[in-house]
Amino acid sequence: MKKLIILALAVLIIAPAVFANGGGDNDSSGSYMNWNLGADPKTLDPGLNGASDGGDVGNNTHEGLVREQAGKVIPGMAEKWETSADGKTVTFHIRKDAKWSDGSALTANDFVYSWKRAMDPATASEYSWIWEYTNVVGAQKAAEGEGSVDDAGIRAVDDYTFEVSLINPTDYFVSLMSFYHFMPVKQSSVEAGADGAWAKDPALAVSNGPFYLTSYTIGDGLTLTKNPYYWAAKNVKIDVINVKFIDDQSTAYTAYKAGEFDFLNDVPPAEVPRLVAENPEYYIFPLLGTYYYNFNMDLDMWKDVRVRQALTMAIDREQITEVLANGNVPAAGFVPPGFVDNKGKDFFETAGTYGISTDDGSVDEAKALLAEAGYPDGAGFPKFTLLYNTSEGHKKVAEMVQEMWKTNLGIECTLENQEWAVFQDTRTAGDFELARGGWITDFLDPMGLLAIFVTGNSYNDPNYSNADYDALMAKANATIGKDHYDALYAAQTILMTELPMIPVYHYTDSYLSSPQVKNWTRSQLGALDFSKASIKR
Amino acid sequence: MKNYFLRRFIYSLFTIFLIATVTFFMMHSIPGGPFTREKPVPPEIMRALNAKYHLDDPLIVQYVDYLKGLVTFDMGPSFSKTGTSVNDLIKAGFPITARVGFLAVLLITVLGLPVGIISALRQNRPIDYFVMFMATLGVTIPSFVLATVFIYFFAGKLGWFPPFGLATPLGYVGPVIALSGYSLSFVARLTRSSMLEVLRQDYIRTARANGLKELSVLGKHAMKNALIPVVTYLGPTIAALMTGSFVVERIFAIPGIGRYFVESVSNRDYTTIMGVTVLYAAFYVLMVFLVDVLYAIIDPRIKFEKESG
Repeated sequence: MKKLIILALAVLIIAPAVFANGGGDNDSSGSYMNWNLGADPKTLDPGLNGASDGGDVGNNTHEGLVREQAGKVIPGMAEKWETSADGKTVTFHIRKDAKWSDGSALTANDFVYSWKRAMDPATASEYSWIWEYTNVVGAQKAAEGEGSVDDAGIRAVDDYTFEVSLINPTDYFVSLMSFYHFMPVKQSSVEAGADGAWAKDPALAVSNGPFYLTSYTIGDGLTLTKNPYYWAAKNVKIDVINVKFIDDQSTAYTAYKAGEFDFLNDVPPAEVPRLVAENPEYYIFPLLGTYYYNFNMDLDMWKDVRVRQALTMAIDREQITEVLANGNVPAAGFVPPGFVDNKGKDFFETAGTYGISTDDGSVDEAKALLAEAGYPDGAGFPKFTLLYNTSEGHKKVAEMVQEMWKTNLGIECTLENQEWAVFQDTRTAGDFELARGGWITDFLDPMGLLAIFVTGNSYNDPNYSNADYDALMAKANATIGKDHYDALYAAQTILMTELPMIPVYHYTDSYLSSPQVKNWTRSQLGALDFSKASIKR
Repeated sequence: MKNYFLRRFIYSLFTIFLIATVTFFMMHSIPGGPFTREKPVPPEIMRALNAKYHLDDPLIVQYVDYLKGLVTFDMGPSFSKTGTSVNDLIKAGFPITARVGFLAVLLITVLGLPVGIISALRQNRPIDYFVMFMATLGVTIPSFVLATVFIYFFAGKLGWFPPFGLATPLGYVGPVIALSGYSLSFVARLTRSSMLEVLRQDYIRTARANGLKELSVLGKHAMKNALIPVVTYLGPTIAALMTGSFVVERIFAIPGIGRYFVESVSNRDYTTIMGVTVLYAAFYVLMVFLVDVLYAIIDPRIKFEKESG
């Protein structure tokens, strides 16, 4: 009996709590959009962020000097900018009506503060390594703790003039300014909420983009509201964006079909082929990156370039991308489609395929190369292991590649998967024979991909080293225009001749967007932009 | 009796301490760390990150710092949510998880027990077959299947329930069913078999022979003994349900703490791993303790003094 009383009491205590939680959240009278972001971002502070989910939010709450929409650089906080004759000084003119979401003025000093904070090792921003690629004077040293942030080549000439000094002329510098790491953050907010806590606290989350944060619930969702102080507020058509963090793709997809979402960042992989074939609401974009396999160049078994070529050529990439059915482009080079060179041509198209067929057209050549290397029909070839991190997708690709090598070359390889973080450690330590790799650039230049194979680069997993390659990359880094691209084309030719890795395919990014949502855009680097989007219900 | 409780309390604290210690060192021994990334952070930046979070201190120093935090209930900052403390994560998620868990426990108790008893009393009759059929299904169907089917059919196709979240009371139905499915069925089966066994005992026959009313035979004599295995099972189960399930919370998009048990490990979110592990351990130890207390109430043969003496 006593137990029953206790039970009844507990019900009385808990039941009201259950029902108090009720009530929908779509009661705004203006136009609203429901968006599933797919994850609770680690941080919403653009200066600390290092992930695409945080980047998607940041691109709507904040705005850098410029915006990049589908590869086009358009003015953001800077209404115009000019580059000096020697290409080493870039001057941005901040718009006079630039304001924070609390109505206060945003000036060049805010950029100086935000940039110094972002590069300061004490801030511990995961993305501070990108300063190396900005070519901003003194920035890399400051980011690595070897110099002071005060020596970095940035200054506010006056409230509306922001001047940046570069080590070398850098073509992609202005487009890079759209990236979240370079967005301004308000000093008083940052200091009031340590380690980016301010950005998740609606009372402190002052921002300068088309929207600002009005609510945030751990693990559940957040709300973005139109920022009336945004310089282009009259173009912002959506009043409220309700964001959810549902990471189960099937649940989110069911909710989308039930009309509870207007926009999804991810869909269940099993649904993809059908969506691609018949649903116009499904959008696929190239993502500037490549899926590949690293040879461990320190091992004797890979010393003969003909072996590496044979393995590369024996893969039918078109079959793989067909099975994946997500619009992936077969990779016969390392640089993906989407980079425009000095002649206005796509780098990927111009570079060509280096004699590597994207289907099974190179198999005979692969066989011949392997025989030349002393392993006719794979006889006597040492067994090796292909290592990847545990995932259905990686497994599928690895199994297909394994089968192709067996059928086409008579080579046996074992597959091994490791839990994600363990895999990262193993690969960085060079403790593998052949290991999966993936790389996505952070700036609009083929250098963003090719630079990783420079001797000693932290991401050079094959541990590849070629003096000519290094020289060409150094040259590309120091030049713009024709010289820059000539060096990059030559560098990729070396890479594709030497093949320290096997390129497999180029990545894509996809979204499901209801036909009611119009005019949303996406930067080529992958950040969503709802600043001009509208929704009709 | 007092002596026994004190002793149990000290044992419990020691158990939690042991669990915390073992988890701490095991966690640090696995490869990877909180700043492991697909695109690895360069060594110089990694140094700055490690210095900021004191991950560059010797492990033993980190351990002592951790224990200091533990006694003051300060679990430190989360690595996967920058600027948020583990305390905040637990404070935000635990009430939600506990609410769903409590409803599941409630369902198990008010449904599982009576159904098991009825099944035992009507052994080998249609109702018994039906209950056992359902219970077998419930034990064998994993919660993710229950959850997925529920969402697909009842939320997606029929639209009777919201597809995710707990915004309305209806939102609780799916998670509670998916969460309690296994335990509910298990408790029903356990109650039935244990009841059947007790009903065959001599003392029940004696009670009946003495002319006691059937209700009194069942309620007073049979039930008490039949419940012992059920209570043994329920204790730890309550601890598990109240701290949530990764699968159920993920599929129904419930912002609880169940997901952290898995996510914190893959993220190598050291502080969160420790926070949720210790929380679960404490809950578990508490429930085991309560079960022991309940034994004494249900079964007079079990005496604390015997054990402590």
